[in-house]
Amino acid sequence: MKTLTGVTLALLPLSALAASTEYQDIERGRYISVLGDCAACHTVDDDRPLAGGVPLETPFGTLIAPNITPDDATGLGRWSLEEFKAAMTEGVGKGGYHLYPAMPYPSYTLMTDKDIHDLWAFLQTVTPVENDIEANQLPFPFSIRGVMRGWNWLNFDERRFEPDPEQPDDINRGAYLVESLGHCGTCHTPRNFMGGDGGDKFAGATIEGWYAPNITPNRHVGIGAWSEEELVEYLKTGGNRFGFASGPMADEVHHSSQYWSDSDLSAVARYLLSGAGLESDDWDREPPEPLGEDDPQVRAGSHIYFDRCSGCHTPSGGGEEGIFPQLASNPLVNGDNTTSLIRVVLAGSRPVATDAKPTAPAMPAFAWNLSDEEVANVLTYVRNSWGNAAPAVAAGDVADIREALEEE
Amino acid sequence: MATKLPLTDAVVVGLGWAGAIIANELVDAGLKVVGIERGPWRDTAKDFNIASVTDELRYAQRQELMLRTAQNTITMRNTPSQTALPMRKWGSFHPGNGTGGAGNHWAGITFRFQPEEFRLRSHLEERYGADAIPDELSLQDWGTDWDEMEPFYDAFEKVAGTSGRAGQLKSGQQPGGNPFEGARSSDYPTPPLKQPYSPTLFADTAREMGYSPFPVPSSLVSEAYTNPLGVTMGPCTFCGFCTNYGCANYSKASAITTVLPALIRKENFEARTHCEVLEVTTDSDGRRATGIIYVDSAGRRWEQPAEIVVVAAFTFENVRLMLTSNIGQAYDPATRQGTTGRNYAYQTANNVQLFFDDKNFNPFIGAGAVGMGIDDFNNDNFDHAGLGFFGGGSTRVTPIGAAPINARPTPPGTPRWGSNWKRATVDNYKSTMSIGCEASNYSSPNNYLSLDPTYRDRLGRPLLRITFDFTQNDLRMAQYVTDKTAEIARRMNPRQIVANPRTGPWDGRPYQSSHVVGGFVMGADPSNSSVNKHLQVWGVPNLFVVGASAFPQNPGYNPTGTVGALAFKAAYGIVNRYLRNPGEMMS
Repeated sequence: MKTLTGVTLALLPLSALAASTEYQDIERGRYISVLGDCAACHTVDDDRPLAGGVPLETPFGTLIAPNITPDDATGLGRWSLEEFKAAMTEGVGKGGYHLYPAMPYPSYTLMTDKDIHDLWAFLQTVTPVENDIEANQLPFPFSIRGVMRGWNWLNFDERRFEPDPEQPDDINRGAYLVESLGHCGTCHTPRNFMGGDGGDKFAGATIEGWYAPNITPNRHVGIGAWSEEELVEYLKTGGNRFGFASGPMADEVHHSSQYWSDSDLSAVARYLLSGAGLESDDWDREPPEPLGEDDPQVRAGSHIYFDRCSGCHTPSGGGEEGIFPQLASNPLVNGDNTTSLIRVVLAGSRPVATDAKPTAPAMPAFAWNLSDEEVANVLTYVRNSWGNAAPAVAAGDVADIREALEEE
Repeated sequence: MATKLPLTDAVVVGLGWAGAIIANELVDAGLKVVGIERGPWRDTAKDFNIASVTDELRYAQRQELMLRTAQNTITMRNTPSQTALPMRKWGSFHPGNGTGGAGNHWAGITFRFQPEEFRLRSHLEERYGADAIPDELSLQDWGTDWDEMEPFYDAFEKVAGTSGRAGQLKSGQQPGGNPFEGARSSDYPTPPLKQPYSPTLFADTAREMGYSPFPVPSSLVSEAYTNPLGVTMGPCTFCGFCTNYGCANYSKASAITTVLPALIRKENFEARTHCEVLEVTTDSDGRRATGIIYVDSAGRRWEQPAEIVVVAAFTFENVRLMLTSNIGQAYDPATRQGTTGRNYAYQTANNVQLFFDDKNFNPFIGAGAVGMGIDDFNNDNFDHAGLGFFGGGSTRVTPIGAAPINARPTPPGTPRWGSNWKRATVDNYKSTMSIGCEASNYSSPNNYLSLDPTYRDRLGRPLLRITFDFTQNDLRMAQYVTDKTAEIARRMNPRQIVANPRTGPWDGRPYQSSHVVGGFVMGADPSNSSVNKHLQVWGVPNLFVVGASAFPQNPGYNPTGTVGALAFKAAYGIVNRYLRNPGEMMS
């Protein structure tokens, strides 16, 4: 029923909604701030929530997320609800300046007026913090906000979410969460050269030195082989049998999805697994044939795997429930992009810890005792064993990521 | 001068097994708890990388996980008439440091003490006569009993994921388990580990001889296990780096692999590491603990006031803190008056080595707590009438892993160096095994802990002084159980056996075990015990001292399972009795 209420209210003009301080609106707004993961960018210090300051590395330079507490001088204290709505849905700040789309207004533009209103009501209750932030750290010419006019013309459609009457409520709720507040595509859809949506929706993309994997229903490289329960488990607890959230996804689970309601998570899972949001059938491609045991990289990699990996991931790639991810028949292993795979072998990783799964079992780093070629070989073996099939990993790719990690 | 901090509900000294368990239980009961730990925060991901943890030089030889003796050590002597000298490199035992404590580098063997151990003096007097216990032994009852202890053993095993096979369930005896154990309310959380060759051979022979071999209970889990706190462990891989090492595989239970990942997330809990507690403070008449004073790594002193003080450090520091804080009366062996420092005891470690020609034990396959054992000659499981001693030992084969520096078994007569020594190590490495007998150590009036009059730590506080030697009772027991072990060894038909019963005097240099117990013992009588059965200090009802320091004597078992059970027991008493009616829980 939540969906219907939201949709109904969305039809009302925003001005019809008084700037309410009703408890229900504020609490709803608090939850919307979690759904939108505002804290990921706007909170550095948990003692000063939403006071801004998280640096966002983009291909064009650095942006710093601003202070969105209701502080008059340095936050949103002098903004009106209408001005806030313009920022969320048009990417235009108070006084008419253009926001950069690191603030995901291309997704938030889909938000209902009711959600914007309640989020605003919640933001009014946050403790005002004086914290003056110069968000724009970009080099010329990107530092000129006016260039975003052209960017918006090419990459941005201002529009509200419209439920698909053909789809049941839960799929529509999932669509709203995924496309709007969850802004999943910001990381999981490849960017074009301008950093705009590059098509090939949810096919996976590189971000901050990690690969945000394919989340289409493709069974081999996407999440099609995950059950709804497994997808909910991942978002709610930070891990399932296929893996644990690491890198930027660890932040997402930490700040956001672990706190989503079960019904919202189920809606997200159903929507993603249904493929309802995908315009074409491009995602539904046949898996490749695996490389054979005789492939020299597979053969060399098998020995490394048994020496270095099988103790935890087991000789058959089955993993151990709740602690060591299975590698067999694991779409995360088969992805076209090997950035994350190489990264976790070289640098190790510490996944998110949640109340439901506090262990956060670490993958140890092997950069110091496996060469580029050995890392490439063991990954090639893993990507072509136990139901996996994927192109070989090149030692040169490992070298590139090793170099990038050394700079980090 | 110490800076006074805001009052907290409870302060817990030490974040090893006991402290972490109690802190977690108190936090769950709604208390605001501050945990103080003298060492670093330890974490599997950060500290125990699979590729670097298997470093014998770093961990076994250079003792990286252990307390630095420059920070704090003990002095030792065998008798009250000697002058004690400080231990400058850990030998006989290995105190830990940092969160997880000695539980990070323990082996993982997780026995429950047998029911009669908790009323040992009464039991022996009932069975062998009122005058049967010799004067040289100061055996005591614990003031508790099996029915009171069992639920807390059960709780500890479920947190640790302990692997094993039940021998006695409340529903009846089970095949393949230890027939001498007390009746259990439930089976082990995970099944027994697979057995390597040497324990299998031992068990087969012991069975042929009419004994009852069973898998050694082990807090190295045998399969993926998620404990009641939601923390997950992975199955043991038999890498052989447990004893002296942290586990990189999340397989060995410790506070850092089972409790702290959940506890540290809880809002009411705060851990302060690299903070060493100097003193438990009390009010003017000493009837109430007011908090603690500690020094941080920058040398600043802080006073942390607390409504409840729980001291849960290692045995040595528990007792030293009580002595330096003037809690209870210091024990005097001349008058046998006083309780703080009383009934210090140890373990009597024996073994028999077996040299074979035709066997390959692949001794590098091992784990600190994988193996098969028998308890037919442990504790009072056999008739001691006419033997001239009490007690016994847990006889077992536990291949802990044979790392290259230390595992160089050679038969007697082999040169200590040179090409013949090298040849002998090659010849014997794979084909040698040993049967251990971890035997009881019964307390004695002359074995006690006190403050050293001469040696001080870097902060000017007296070191703890150990006065200890093996009693005639224990030396006779050692010879007897080692003879029995050697009978089994001979039956296994090796080329040569070498029996090593423990002999006196106690020598602090070679490692024997870290099972140091007593000094602040539990009991029903304030004249011979320091804490009651709730681990509550007699006369200071908001102070609890928890750990192996509470054991009145040591049976032929490893202590950690009982330390964990006592921690749960103390927490249960605080939450369910003390908080409802703060005051003495026993009179």
